[in-house]
Amino acid sequence: MKSNYDELNDVSRKLRLECLRVTFNSGMGHLGPDFSCLDILVTLYSNILNFPGGDLTHPDRDRFILSKGHAALALYATLRECFGDSSYDLDTFNSYDSALAGHPSNKRLSGIETSTGALGHGMPFAVGCALAAKLTRSNRRVFVLVGDGELQEGSNWEAAMYASAQQLDNLAVIVDRNNLQQGRFIEEVNTLGALEEKWLAFGWEVRPVDGHDIRAITQALTHFPHIEGRPTCLVADTTKGKGVSFMENNPAWHHKVPNMHEYELALAELGDKQ
Amino acid sequence: MTELFDCRHAFSSKLVELAHKDDRIVLVLNDCLSSSDSLAFLNTFPERVFDLGIAEQNMVGVAAGLANGGYIPFVCAASCFLTARAFEQIKIDIAYSQANVKLCAFSAGIAYGALGPTHHSTEDLALMRTLPGLSIYAPGDSLETERALEFAHDLHGPTFLRINRITVPHLPQTGGFEPGKASTLRDGEDVTLISYGPLLHEVIQAAEILAESGVEAHILNMASISPLDEAAIVQSANRTKIVVVVEDHQRTGGLFSAVAEVLCNIKSTPVLPINIPNEFSVIGSPQQIFEHYGLIASAIAVKTKNFIIKIGGSDDGSVTLK
Repeated sequence: MKSNYDELNDVSRKLRLECLRVTFNSGMGHLGPDFSCLDILVTLYSNILNFPGGDLTHPDRDRFILSKGHAALALYATLRECFGDSSYDLDTFNSYDSALAGHPSNKRLSGIETSTGALGHGMPFAVGCALAAKLTRSNRRVFVLVGDGELQEGSNWEAAMYASAQQLDNLAVIVDRNNLQQGRFIEEVNTLGALEEKWLAFGWEVRPVDGHDIRAITQALTHFPHIEGRPTCLVADTTKGKGVSFMENNPAWHHKVPNMHEYELALAELGDKQ
Repeated sequence: MTELFDCRHAFSSKLVELAHKDDRIVLVLNDCLSSSDSLAFLNTFPERVFDLGIAEQNMVGVAAGLANGGYIPFVCAASCFLTARAFEQIKIDIAYSQANVKLCAFSAGIAYGALGPTHHSTEDLALMRTLPGLSIYAPGDSLETERALEFAHDLHGPTFLRINRITVPHLPQTGGFEPGKASTLRDGEDVTLISYGPLLHEVIQAAEILAESGVEAHILNMASISPLDEAAIVQSANRTKIVVVVEDHQRTGGLFSAVAEVLCNIKSTPVLPINIPNEFSVIGSPQQIFEHYGLIASAIAVKTKNFIIKIGGSDDGSVTLK
């Protein structure tokens, strides 16, 4: 675990620059969602997830599932940074026959547990992973990152109900709570209402956390499970587009690609030193 | 009286037998202990049964997660709910992600009879056939069911098994199921009859009726829907020049479509579908529904005969069929 949080914050800043550069060059991407969850991904892969021998395919590795698959680039950049895996060649993102599609596919990449991109798939899969760990009597843990807008999909709640019924305390869902979905604020579309109370009512232990505070996320996920026999839900308060002022909290930046002027402004804000 | 066998029971007994030898086998259900005949498995391996309740999307996703941990999940559910309700999970979590999950679809076709089109599953093969990398087996009797189950277990990859609910007699050449291979149930030169599942014995009887009027039918049992034995279809079609496909499925997307997709490249090979003509089925007992759509031996024989006459085949049409 890295307790030098300044260093990790700098990693996050560097990966935001990577996402910005790659999205600008490929002409496609989801910068708002990438920036929203990057600090969570950096924390998970730097401080939380256990890969025995650094092996992304070790049977007893912790499992991580990016259910909000449209933030694929943030995940690729994090895996590239933390594992130096050359199959994560970011410059091929979205290009012809690349392994790095706009949504993560397990077809040609180690480190991707299952292909995601359609929303509402990660939670049931993660529940299956957690059941398998219990059945194997392994101490490995399962983490799944879902978008808050994604929680409009009913499959999440099917899985949430079953996870607590099965007492899957080796499972943590992290809700990227940025309050926006593709085109509008969630409140304008279909409110999630009392989100924390919903998870509580489904039998989960709920912890709010600042989704951009690497120290706080680390602390929230280090001592886990929080309550024996209960799955954990971390409601991570985040800002969509975090790090670039004109993208922050702006629905336009769900999958908008910056023009040259915006690109240069964003580079400057993220402290590009090149 | 011909003895009838329940393929579900053959399946569940065989699965318990396999599970004794392979502790990776787990059972995943959607509140269907009785309809999938899973009680014996539950009593033998209670810790290896995951009954998700009435939640098919979660059921299929959870199975993919279990497979990720090295288990071999057998998802047992009524075909109507499994294939339609959880189609996107089957597409992405199972087929696209190549999860080693066995989807076992019970009570397919019109087996639920009077329960109506909500419970009929006459589009399941159409849905499943579109998914790359998904093996599809539709065994025709209890022995084929056991053998298909063994192949599904041995194969590392996603598999869909269509398990018959309607009791059926043993096929004349049974137990010979092999993925990607059609089996020949009768040899003939005048017309090719292709089928699978619960209607095979009707097709065999229809061939006997046709033989009385001098039409010798060649019967292919296409229990392996995917991979499909295209060579057997082409070879038989070249010989008989006429093909008839009989199935308990909608016209669009099932075996008729699969055969037509193969034969559209062969010159002058007409294909007659005897299946459900793209409508939500009438209700009634399965037998009544089969009679309604001509999916019984006598009607199959008449339709085949008329088709041969219509397209100018070898028969002179002088014999009247019942």
